[in-house]
Amino acid sequence: MRRYALCLLASWALAAPPIVIRNANVLTVTKGRYQGSILVRDGKIVEAGPKVTIPPDAQVIEAGGQYVMPGIVDPHSHIATESVNEGSVSVSSMVSVEDVLDPEDIAIYRALAGGVTTIAVMHGSANAVGGQCTVIKLRWGRDARGLLFEGAPPILKFAMGENPKRRGSLPSLLPGVTVQPRYPATRMGVEDVMRQAFLEARAYREEWRRYEEKRQRGEPAIPPRRDLRLEPLVEVLEGRRLAHVHCYRADEILAVLRLSQEFNFRIPALIHVLEGYKVAREIAAAGAGASTFTDWWAYKVEAYDAIPYNAALMVRKGVLVSLNSDSAELMRHMNQEAAKTIKYGGLSEDEALALITINPARQLGVDKRVGSIEPGKDADLVFFDRHPLSNYAKVLRVMIEGQIYFDRDRDMSRRAELEARKKALLERAREREKKQAPARRRPA
Amino acid sequence: MRELFVCLVCVASLAAADNTFLLRGATIHPVSGPEIRDGMLLVKDGVIAEVGTKVAVPRGVRVIEARGLHVYPGLIDSGTQLGLAEISSVRETVDTTEIGDFNPQLRAIIAVHPASEHIPVTRANGITTAVTLPSGGIISGQGALIHLDGWTWEQMQVQAPVCMVLQFPVIQTRQERPGARGPRPFSEAKRDYERRLQQLREFFEQARRYQKAKLAGSPEFRTDARMEAMLPVLEGKLPVLVHAVRERAIREAIAFAESQKIRLVLAEAREAWKVADLLKQKNIPVILGPTLELPLEEDDPYDKAYTLPAELHRAGVKFAFASFSTSFARNLPYQAAMAVAFGLPYEEALKALTLYPAQIWGVSDKLGSIEKGKWADLIVTDGDPLETRTQIKRVFIQGREVDLSNKHLRLYEIYSRRP
Repeated sequence: MRRYALCLLASWALAAPPIVIRNANVLTVTKGRYQGSILVRDGKIVEAGPKVTIPPDAQVIEAGGQYVMPGIVDPHSHIATESVNEGSVSVSSMVSVEDVLDPEDIAIYRALAGGVTTIAVMHGSANAVGGQCTVIKLRWGRDARGLLFEGAPPILKFAMGENPKRRGSLPSLLPGVTVQPRYPATRMGVEDVMRQAFLEARAYREEWRRYEEKRQRGEPAIPPRRDLRLEPLVEVLEGRRLAHVHCYRADEILAVLRLSQEFNFRIPALIHVLEGYKVAREIAAAGAGASTFTDWWAYKVEAYDAIPYNAALMVRKGVLVSLNSDSAELMRHMNQEAAKTIKYGGLSEDEALALITINPARQLGVDKRVGSIEPGKDADLVFFDRHPLSNYAKVLRVMIEGQIYFDRDRDMSRRAELEARKKALLERAREREKKQAPARRRPA
Repeated sequence: MRELFVCLVCVASLAAADNTFLLRGATIHPVSGPEIRDGMLLVKDGVIAEVGTKVAVPRGVRVIEARGLHVYPGLIDSGTQLGLAEISSVRETVDTTEIGDFNPQLRAIIAVHPASEHIPVTRANGITTAVTLPSGGIISGQGALIHLDGWTWEQMQVQAPVCMVLQFPVIQTRQERPGARGPRPFSEAKRDYERRLQQLREFFEQARRYQKAKLAGSPEFRTDARMEAMLPVLEGKLPVLVHAVRERAIREAIAFAESQKIRLVLAEAREAWKVADLLKQKNIPVILGPTLELPLEEDDPYDKAYTLPAELHRAGVKFAFASFSTSFARNLPYQAAMAVAFGLPYEEALKALTLYPAQIWGVSDKLGSIEKGKWADLIVTDGDPLETRTQIKRVFIQGREVDLSNKHLRLYEIYSRRP
């Protein structure tokens, strides 16, 4: 049945006419800026340039000088999920955000309306080794499976610093209520939890290797018991799962870099990494990436040395940098966040836009599909009425794989109708209540 | 002795020279009137003496060339915790919220920490004046209007108190008690709300009785700090800044203010659009919370927070922008910019950062626009201060040039040099 539905969907996609976007100010991010057109076929960008082929059956979108940029990629958010933290244990790598995706979270639509098309839905930072995370496209209206970014590498969340050690030194909040503290309580302990977990994972991998060897030699062998907690860590060790590490202070950043070198895995994204600018050289040398806020600071001690120049400084020292929102609100104007890296640290327009498009796409391992306007990539496009690095810019339309998922005109024109429907529903509910009220009062 | 006198004169005249200057060549945006291209602005002893295309220039006056740049009045943030809170998660550094429900005697001004790192960070983006507010309980205390410069809080003080802060009681099922799980029953929340409302009325009645007793000059009269603090409120001299987010609280706050004959300024009134006509009719100003904010309700339009300022403007309601923050106060101009993107006329946005707050707080004789006789609170920029990409080049507070260096710039410079 599902296969049949897929076939139907596929044939519908094939049947969709090509789209030509005309008279646009195109910000490709990777190949500069041009005035012209984009040809989209089967959800992919086919041509992009001042002049493109216009197929006779093409649907033409007249952009009228609007700015078109690639869909914004937010590499760290907690929307579209029923739960964020499995904080009862210090190693929770067996849980997965993918199992609890919520495709009806209104935050998806609101983020779309801010030009975001791809996000990583992340486990929280309550523990040293957090849960599995997943990359989705904001295909609003589709079910949880329909949101998944097909082929995006899975992610495992790690966390350093204040958050993972908080449960280790819980104050007694209420008289008479004792809370069992959870190891670790220090930055030393956080690193130790990670190292222990990787040592276990390494031993577990070795068990499987020995088993496979025996089996291949035709010797009798009993397979090891599967360990769902260690499997994701093995995937990190083997480069099949991306390690994203929440961190703030320079010391912990360095500690986790050294740990990754000890166990020979790469960290595509140090997350938040507010003191990254202090150890940018080391981050670059380790080949790690960094995903930061632009100007959040002073909300906790480890954020007291945060500076809005962080992104620019790390870029200048050769780190692959992105911006992330971590917030359903902030993610609605990541273009304005990018503009701050021009103000603070003097990045160029393309460098600033890369922080919210191609760079996060690279950190998520999906840069072959999204993050720039180039032939062969997904037609994930955002239309702005002005240059997106202006604070006055408004998102007018958002397209994912050639399909419009947000249209401001349509949104506005439907408001009165939705308001009327809501009113009617409330009225009906009230009527029903009136009818049922006397009945309810009668004793049972 | 005479030498000493001469020296003193020297110091005095130097100080005077410091806040006396001619700024010329820039486009001046007075806010109260049309822009002046290639303008001249004469500042004498920290006060704007002349402004125009051609002004009489005293001999020997210090000249500041600002060709190609723009001059605006310093921006005003009408709601912050600047100076009262440093690191929000560290209790020891936060002095905003006192124990107890009725604390009108508390004065924010005396707890303003002049060395707070937030102050130079905020003013570096063109914000020269801020209202700093206590919070918590029902009557939280007295807000202060401060300059973001000064060795002591006395030097920073522009007007204190500038308002009495009141958190209007609401029915709240969400529990803020630590360790509390899940919401409490509605009936319980409603009882609690009614009790708090009753307490509020009684507190005002008590204050009125105190006022009467004081006037009567009874020999048994005892001075009470809490009641004394209420007198300017009862006399209508001190406005009450009432936090009321939703329609119900806003309407009740208006009714309460009328019954008590107090001057009302609404804060964070996110559903003010539902009562805009009433606000206009009663001439009640609103201090807006952040524009860059999620809608209140799940089924509100996605841009509800963005369009609120434009909706209030169309209804004729006077408002000012505020960050209600410390670490995000520097982003105040971008709250206004988003409102412009969603329909607020640009001139109005600029006024809601300068002239309107000055009027709402009763200091428009000194602040809020570039006009003769007002304080020289000025920012010099390379463009529109509402755009993130614009750089703030110089800042003057009462004619004194203010250092734009701050913790962030210092760390940037230090680590830029790291080999």
